[in-house]
Amino acid sequence: MIKPENQVSLPTQLPAGPRFTIPLRFRDRRRVTMLITLLILGYVTLITLPTMIPDHFKLVEAITGFTENIKIMFLQPHLSNTSWLSLLGGLGQSILLAFLTTLIGSVLAFFLALASTRRFAPTALVLGIQSFMAVIRAIPTVLWVLIYSVVFGLGANAAVIGITFHSVAYLTKVYADSMDELSPEAIETLQAMGLKRPAIICQALIPYLKPSYLSWTFIRFEINFADAVAIGAAAGAGGIGYQLFMSSSFYFDFHEVGVMVYLILAFAVVLEIISYRLRSSNTAQH
Amino acid sequence: MKVDVKAANQFFNQKRLRLTAIIVVFGLAYIGASLGLGFQSRSLLGVQDGIAWLAQNFIPNEASKGYWTEISQQLLRTFLVAVASTTCTAAVSLFLAILGAKTLAVSRSISWLIRGFASLMRNIPIVAWAMILLFSFKQNDLTGFLALFFMTLGFLTRAFMETIEDFGTEKIQALQATGATYLQIIFQGLIPEIAIALMSWILYMIENNVRDATLVGLLTGTGIGFIFNLYFKSLRYGAAGLVVLAVILLVVSVELISNLIGRLLS
Repeated sequence: MIKPENQVSLPTQLPAGPRFTIPLRFRDRRRVTMLITLLILGYVTLITLPTMIPDHFKLVEAITGFTENIKIMFLQPHLSNTSWLSLLGGLGQSILLAFLTTLIGSVLAFFLALASTRRFAPTALVLGIQSFMAVIRAIPTVLWVLIYSVVFGLGANAAVIGITFHSVAYLTKVYADSMDELSPEAIETLQAMGLKRPAIICQALIPYLKPSYLSWTFIRFEINFADAVAIGAAAGAGGIGYQLFMSSSFYFDFHEVGVMVYLILAFAVVLEIISYRLRSSNTAQH
Repeated sequence: MKVDVKAANQFFNQKRLRLTAIIVVFGLAYIGASLGLGFQSRSLLGVQDGIAWLAQNFIPNEASKGYWTEISQQLLRTFLVAVASTTCTAAVSLFLAILGAKTLAVSRSISWLIRGFASLMRNIPIVAWAMILLFSFKQNDLTGFLALFFMTLGFLTRAFMETIEDFGTEKIQALQATGATYLQIIFQGLIPEIAIALMSWILYMIENNVRDATLVGLLTGTGIGFIFNLYFKSLRYGAAGLVVLAVILLVVSVELISNLIGRLLS
C-alpha cells in the first residue's frame, strides 16, 4: 500500500460555545428605525380607524350621497345665486391677497434670513430667530387670522397680517437654508479682496441665490393662494373662499360649487405652467 | 484704464437702474393690491397687539384650567386622525405612484392619467372637500379623516412618483437583465432603496396634516379646530388661547420627533 508522503489532515475546528449575537438585520440602525416607525404608524392607524366611524352610521348611504354630489359638482356646474362678475371679483381678491402677503413676506423674510444664516450672524441670534420662527410656523394660518381679527376686526387687515405671519416664518427658514449652502470659502475670498459685508450681500449673495429665491417665493405664492381661499371660508375674510363657503354650507348648491372649483382649478393650471417654465429656465441656466 | 472705469460705472449704473425699476414696479403693485383689498398698511404696525393678545391669554389661569381636559382630549383625537389619514394616503399613493412612474412604464396612458388625477386632487381647494364631505358624512371624525385623505393624496402621489423617477432606469434594467420579475424589481429593488426618502415625505406630511387638521376641524366642526371656534365665537378667549398653546406644543413636538427619526435614518 502506497502511503502518501504528506498525510492529509483536515484542520479540526475547536468547538466554539454557543454565541449569542444579534442578527445583522436587527443591528442596522436605519432598518430598525424604519421598522419601528412603520409599526407605530400602522398600529396608531389600525386602532384609530374603527373608532372614527360613529355608531349607527350608514356608510353606504353616505358614500352614494358623496359620489352623487361629486357628480353634480363636476358634470353639471352652473351658477344660480351669484353672477360671473362677482365670482371673478372674488377670485381676483384671493389672488391679490396671495400676492400681497407673498410680497410683504418675502421682503421681511429676506432681512430676517440675513440675520439668521450661519454665514453672517452669530449663533445665538441664529438659534433665537429660528426657534421663534418655528413657534410661529406651528400655529396654523387660520388661527393667526382669527387672532388678528380680534385685534383689527374681521376683514382684509386681519387676513393679510395673518397669512403674512406664516409666510415670513416659512420663507425665513428656506431663505436661510439656501444661504447656508453658500460655501464659506467663497465669502472668505470676497472678504480677502476687501469687500465689505453690504457689497458681498448685494453683489455676490443675491445674484447667486436668485434662482432658488424665485422658485421658493413662487412655491409660497401657490401655498398662499390655497391659504387665501381657505381663510376666506374659515374666517369669513372674503374672496372666492367665502363665496365657496356660502354656496356650499348655506345654499347647498353644489352646481355653483362646481363652477368655483373649476375657476380655482383653472388658476392652478396657470400657476403650474408658470412654475414649470421657471423650473426649466432654472435648469437651463445651470 | 479710463475706459475700464467708464465700463464699470456703466455696469453699476445699469444695475442700479434695474434695481430701482424693480422696486418701483413692486411698490406700485403693493399699493395697487392694498387698494384692491382694502388693506391699510398702518395695521402692519399693530402686529405686536396680536402677540400681546396671545401672551395675555396663554397664561393659564383659574378659569382656563377647567378646559384643559377637553382640549387635550380633542388634541389627541386630532393627532390620531392626522396620523391615520397620512398612513392610509401613503399606502394608496405608493400604489398609484408605482403604477404611474414613467421609469417603471406600465403604460404611457396610465401614467398620464395618474399624473392628471394627482394634479386635480392637489388643486381642489380644501374648503370644497370639507363642505362636500360634511354634507354627506355629517359632523364626525370620519369627515375630517376623508378631507385630509383627499387633500394629501394628490401631493403624496406626486412626491412619491418623483422619488421613484429619481431612482433611474439603469438599476431597473440591470435587475431585469438578471431575470427578476416585475414584482421582484419593485419589492426587492425599488422599495428598499427609496424607503428612507418615502419615510421623510410621510413624516413631513404628518406634520403638515396636524396643522391642516385644525383648518379642516374648523370647517367641518370636528376636533381641535371646532373647539377653538367654539371658544372663540363665545368670547372665551382664555380657553381659545390655551387651544393655540396646545397646538403649538403638538406641532413642535411632532416636528422634533420627525427630525429625530430623520437623523436616525440618515
